Amino acid sequence: MPEEIKEKKGFFARLKEGLSKTRKNFIYNVDLVFGSAEKIDDEFYEELEEALIMGDIGVNATTQIMERLKDDVIEKRIHKPEECKELLIQSIYEQMKVDECEYRFEEEQSIVMVIGVNGVGKTTTIGKLASKLKAQGKRVIISAADTFRAAATEQLEEWAHRAGVEMVSAHEGADPAAVVYDSVKSAKAKNADILLIDTAGRLHNKKNLMEELSKMNRIIEREFPNAHRENLIVLDATTGQNAMNQAREFSSVAPLTGIVLTKMDGSAKGGIAIAIQSELHIPVKFIGVGESIDDLQKFDAAAFVEALFDVKKED
Amino acid sequence: MAFESLTDKLQNVFKKLRGKGRLTEEDVKVALKEVKMALLEADVNFKVVKQFINSVTERAVGEEVLNGLNPGQMVIKIVNEEMIALMGSETTDIQYQPGQAITVIMMCGLQGAGKTTTTAKLAGKMLKKGKNPLLVACDVYRPAAIEQLRVNAEKVNVSFFSMGDSHSPVDIAKAAIEHASKNGHNVVILDTAGRLHVDEDMMQELKNIKANVAVHQTILVVDAMTGQDAVNVAQSFNEQIGVDGIILSKMDGDARGGAALSVKAVCGKPILFVGMGEKLSDLEQFYPDRMANRILGMGDVLTLIEKAQENIEVDEEKEKEMASRMKKGKFDFNDYLDSMKQMRKMGGLSAILGMMPGMGVSKADLEGAVDEKQLVRMEAIVYSMTPKERANPKLLNPQRKFRIAKGAGVDIAEVNRFVKQFEQMQKMMKQMPGMMKGKRRGRFPFM
Repeated sequence: MPEEIKEKKGFFARLKEGLSKTRKNFIYNVDLVFGSAEKIDDEFYEELEEALIMGDIGVNATTQIMERLKDDVIEKRIHKPEECKELLIQSIYEQMKVDECEYRFEEEQSIVMVIGVNGVGKTTTIGKLASKLKAQGKRVIISAADTFRAAATEQLEEWAHRAGVEMVSAHEGADPAAVVYDSVKSAKAKNADILLIDTAGRLHNKKNLMEELSKMNRIIEREFPNAHRENLIVLDATTGQNAMNQAREFSSVAPLTGIVLTKMDGSAKGGIAIAIQSELHIPVKFIGVGESIDDLQKFDAAAFVEALFDVKKED
Repeated sequence: MAFESLTDKLQNVFKKLRGKGRLTEEDVKVALKEVKMALLEADVNFKVVKQFINSVTERAVGEEVLNGLNPGQMVIKIVNEEMIALMGSETTDIQYQPGQAITVIMMCGLQGAGKTTTTAKLAGKMLKKGKNPLLVACDVYRPAAIEQLRVNAEKVNVSFFSMGDSHSPVDIAKAAIEHASKNGHNVVILDTAGRLHVDEDMMQELKNIKANVAVHQTILVVDAMTGQDAVNVAQSFNEQIGVDGIILSKMDGDARGGAALSVKAVCGKPILFVGMGEKLSDLEQFYPDRMANRILGMGDVLTLIEKAQENIEVDEEKEKEMASRMKKGKFDFNDYLDSMKQMRKMGGLSAILGMMPGMGVSKADLEGAVDEKQLVRMEAIVYSMTPKERANPKLLNPQRKFRIAKGAGVDIAEVNRFVKQFEQMQKMMKQMPGMMKGKRRGRFPFM
């Protein structure tokens, strides 16, 4: 038990560390509003709205959050801006919390396809995920289905080597669907617990490339229908409102089961995840808060929101 | 194309403005609020939006505008002017050292912004302009980054320099410049590792390179999809290491490109190029005024004309001949094939329509109206005709049409429809000879 507590502390500390930049910026704005306002009026709401938009939460989601907040304020007869803040925290937390069953794929025989636009950190995420699962004693196979980008396979190979797991690959320019087919076969034959598939980054408005992804998804379903399926979209926390389009388009070719939010250690606010959750109901499952192999963490809504809004304990 | 949704939204707002003969201050404010929302949804930085709306409001609610003849148009004009002012009105190019002196360019940016790819694209572009660039791999951290640059350098036929990943970037840069001067390279491009602007150690590394090597140009690569944070990133890089210009990558996505508007406005550094695709040739010069026009739905005729001139081998004789035949309504299937070929070279019909002013350039509309697959089928029909039939459409009798349908793999009804449309087109052309006057390049009879 003590060990577990220690690990937990480590996690929170790391998350906070990673989020400190996020929080500083976001909180600075939100707190400026909460701190300076003396009563809840239109001006107060407007400033609050601006702060949320600055956090990349987007116009629509911000409007929704604000409407909910205004209703609550009237219903609960709240007069102090301070109490209003509590309400806001609660409402975002409720929205973002992740059910434990969302991580079932770690316990079952499963195939996880990792998709997203170029440069969000798919390959790195796969590497981190592989070593995490390997450390849990799972038999992991990585599939290098990014046959397009120069040296993508070499990059993944390095990660596979670091994590100590097997990799299925082909030469640059090979048909990625064929690589997927081979790796599913191999996962079956070797009775692997988890197959992680790395795909080439593609912009979601490129029809042919999206079609290719849909084909890969079909092949997995056809070749291994009993496996637990996960399609994780990797989103760069610095991305703005376009992340919504990305999530929407990718889920139309390969149904998404979760989001991995990377680069949370910068000054970006990652607020778009809140907008995506509220429109598409795709939960954030992991966040990347750094470069080292342990810096991929399960998403913890309580810690996320707490870290996002809590300024008392830090600074 | 980026900016599309923003364009759609703004056009809606403008439509409402145009529809009104008189404008009250309230009308303008309501319209500008919508402009504000549209810009925010496009990821334009909040502070920039606020400033922008303020300066437009200041100019737009004055007496002269509201009591003028066409207040709606005036407001639109003001929005347009302010937008251009925001993006900078001058096109900026990379500053090279005079003569044969070596120009050292350092690329920097966040992880995943597209530095390595952009670096190779840039080198390829310089090669075409007669420079002799050397690509230098200074990213010693990301697995296989060196390999990626080496492969891309090969693809664009540019020399490549690397010392593996066990030397410091400063040493690599120094050695590279020495190598360049021995081998006659006049541009050295340093591809550095991606880094967070809040990571002090990594930022120090860039400062070290700058302190030890004469870097002439520092270029920041920014992902066009970046949100509100784009400004922080650009500002931070600029303050810490000094940036001379910006390249926006991934502009071929459907991001509305608000970052483009904000970055220039906040740190005053020009955008040099935009990355428009995956291929190594897809790096375009950035024209702020054209981009502003494109955002506002005013079309981008200049780029269209340039594309036409670049892509169409102009055969004067053939041009004249075709024009005269058109006037007489003797446009045949061979001419049709020619014009289709030209159109494809310019990026397809929807790309062209997207650049035309006042076509109501909503992407959704375009996709409904122009089915490029339909065009391919029509082409198949023409290709299934004998040369005689192509030159003389009148030959087509039911028997021949049946054969053509079989050859093109379409229904005979489709052949009939196509031939009928074609005949109507011929008639139309005969009726409007006035439009065909003058020498024009790149005509598209089927538009």
